[in-house]
Amino acid sequence: MTLNNKLVVSASPHDRSHKTVRSIMLDVIIAMVPALIASVVFFGPRALLVECVSVGTCVIAEFISRVVMKRSQTIGDLSAVITGLLLAFNLPVNIPLWMVMIGAVVSIVVVKQFFGGIGQNFVNPAIAGRIVLLASFPVAMSTWTAPLTWSAQNLDGLTSASPLADIHTMVSAGTTPDASLLEMLIGWRAGCLGETCAIAIILGGIYLIARKVISPTIPLIYIGTVAVIMLIAGKGNLEFVAYELLGGGLMLGAVFMATDYTTSPITFKGKIIFAVGCGVITSLIRLFGNLPEGVSYSIIIMNILVPLIENITLPKPFGTPKKSKKEAKAK
Amino acid sequence: MGKIHIPGVIKAVKKVRGGVKVAHHKNTAGLEVVRMPEPKQVILPMQQHIGAPCTPTVKVGDTVKVGQVIGDSDKFVSAPIHASVSGTVTAIGNVKLPGGAMVQGVTIESDGLMEMYEGIKAPHVETKEDFIKAIRDSGLVGLGGAGFPTHVKLRVPLESHIDTLVINAAECEPYITVDYRECIENSWDIYSGIRTMMEFLEIPNVVIAVEDNKPDAFRILEQIVDGDSSANGAIKIMQLESRYPQGAEKMMVQSATGRQIPPGKLPSDVGCMVMNVTSIAFISRYLKTGKPLVSRSLTVDGMAIAEPKNVRVPIGTSISDIIEFCGGFKADPVKIIAGGPMMGAAITSIDHPLSKSNNAILAFSKEDAKVFTETDCIRCGKCATACPMSLVPTRIVRNTKAKDAEALLKDGVMVCMECGSCAYSCPAKKPLVQHMRLAKAVIREAGAK
Repeated sequence: MTLNNKLVVSASPHDRSHKTVRSIMLDVIIAMVPALIASVVFFGPRALLVECVSVGTCVIAEFISRVVMKRSQTIGDLSAVITGLLLAFNLPVNIPLWMVMIGAVVSIVVVKQFFGGIGQNFVNPAIAGRIVLLASFPVAMSTWTAPLTWSAQNLDGLTSASPLADIHTMVSAGTTPDASLLEMLIGWRAGCLGETCAIAIILGGIYLIARKVISPTIPLIYIGTVAVIMLIAGKGNLEFVAYELLGGGLMLGAVFMATDYTTSPITFKGKIIFAVGCGVITSLIRLFGNLPEGVSYSIIIMNILVPLIENITLPKPFGTPKKSKKEAKAK
Repeated sequence: MGKIHIPGVIKAVKKVRGGVKVAHHKNTAGLEVVRMPEPKQVILPMQQHIGAPCTPTVKVGDTVKVGQVIGDSDKFVSAPIHASVSGTVTAIGNVKLPGGAMVQGVTIESDGLMEMYEGIKAPHVETKEDFIKAIRDSGLVGLGGAGFPTHVKLRVPLESHIDTLVINAAECEPYITVDYRECIENSWDIYSGIRTMMEFLEIPNVVIAVEDNKPDAFRILEQIVDGDSSANGAIKIMQLESRYPQGAEKMMVQSATGRQIPPGKLPSDVGCMVMNVTSIAFISRYLKTGKPLVSRSLTVDGMAIAEPKNVRVPIGTSISDIIEFCGGFKADPVKIIAGGPMMGAAITSIDHPLSKSNNAILAFSKEDAKVFTETDCIRCGKCATACPMSLVPTRIVRNTKAKDAEALLKDGVMVCMECGSCAYSCPAKKPLVQHMRLAKAVIREAGAK
């Protein structure tokens, strides 16, 4: 009888996959490493400093808020690290560090923990943090530094325009942007820390898809939608389309931010609608808005629509007769 | 239908959605089924099937022989229970089932002779009615784990015409290899069982479904089917991708015919019947010998078992006796499961008797008993991707917490078969199957009001 008292009893299934929340988050961090390396190569040691401050603030903010709220500690799931990295990836290299901290605290405390912590935030914390910073400190947030100028004595580097602004005048004025397409692809351009190197981001995306952390649905459809709209807007100018795809934060947003579990639809059809919506809004902001960049806003707008999208795209339970909807209407 | 008429081997007509790739752990696949010597006593619960429990037809002190009816019911959905050893009835009282329910049970002290009951003879079967009656008398219930009385399944309503019999040899649960052994050791019983079913129930098509991780079973069955020209291509073998839960009834019907069983309906509503391969083999043996269901084979495995085996055991033998026959424990068992790891029940005691539908005993030690801590849902949607029934478990969990029966009905939770694919894939280690059961309870409660 002593044996019987020691047996563990739980509901089936008794076998579980090896994936845990932490292992998934670790995969995402691994996928972000190429972009992280690229940011340090192109923007120098200060890029690493910004990233460390952002990650550190996020983790500490999460730790303190869980303690204050008397909730179980969740920094071990590594999601705060991802938020910190993503936020840093969305900042220019020369942003004052105290601004980074403000962004990180807004992301973790206001957007994530106030709503219940991991899995409960209604918008992507990193994007919300970036938008708060952009609205509060527009100058610091859009002062770009040319890449590879950090090795010069002047650590501040040379300021440069974001190529995306150039691109928008490309079709109308017939000018060519400073950066060539190849430079755009490897990330030899001004921009936010993590967004410039398309190759590094694509590598990370392939890793995430291969590890089945994300499905390719959202990134492909998001980027595809922007491509189609830009093709029409650019009257068939493929070079313009390529610049649009590689410019700004589109790659970073499509691979790492629009695919955030909590703030994207669970259903397959929902993912398609979400990604198309992101693509359309991004394109509209880029083409007609005053801002050169629309990725953050488009994702955050679609984030808010996720519950509605899910409600209308729920799959029908197995075997539900196809006609039932019409019949229900007929009644 | 269409594709079913292509002769020989077929592929699944329609691929099953979702599901999970589980580690197979078919460690016992190479082990022939060995007969366990009769135990000193057996306890036969009066409920070993889905449906009405039986009432004992013997009293304390009676002498019984193997195959003698000791419990029966006049309800339709039920199956008689037979003595599995010869000896004396020593007690009739309450026994606890692995699930926790208390039912009446008959304890028989064995005389060690295993004498057969005189009344046992091959049943005289000429018509469909005879056949179904014989199956009822045999006490057969679904041996794949569900335990649904077979005679009830065979008595399909007159208006539904069965055109396809699906023989389920998928055995998609990890560890369990008894159906596989049945295919290897008793393949002719399976085949003659199929022919009998086709004859008496007038079923024109048969599909034998085997997962592709059992090439030996596949080959043997293929040879037998090919060797019989009189079958005229009516019997096909379908090779399925090894993916859990391929062996679920609704999945089987879809793979074999492309038809989907609507919520709340049975395979007969779409013209199909699904039978477990071991049940089929039993039917053929019963028609030859008349020996009712008094023993069954099961897989005994897990890191805590000293000598994992496939054993043939008299029904009612206590689980502790079976484990002892398999060399006892070599490590401290942390979790013991009656059935497979995906859908089996963790038992609280090894004193439970073996029931008809129990196809495995798995004793996990510290190394293979997976005990995880639950964390917060991250809305990754892996549960919804894995669900073969296209449900969205995250919504069901939320609506269960809100006790919203109406929303739960809309979510379709009633079609959930508790296969466990959602909980298996959940990175937050949520006990999702438990949530599904709670959801069904919420609906039942609301209906009761």
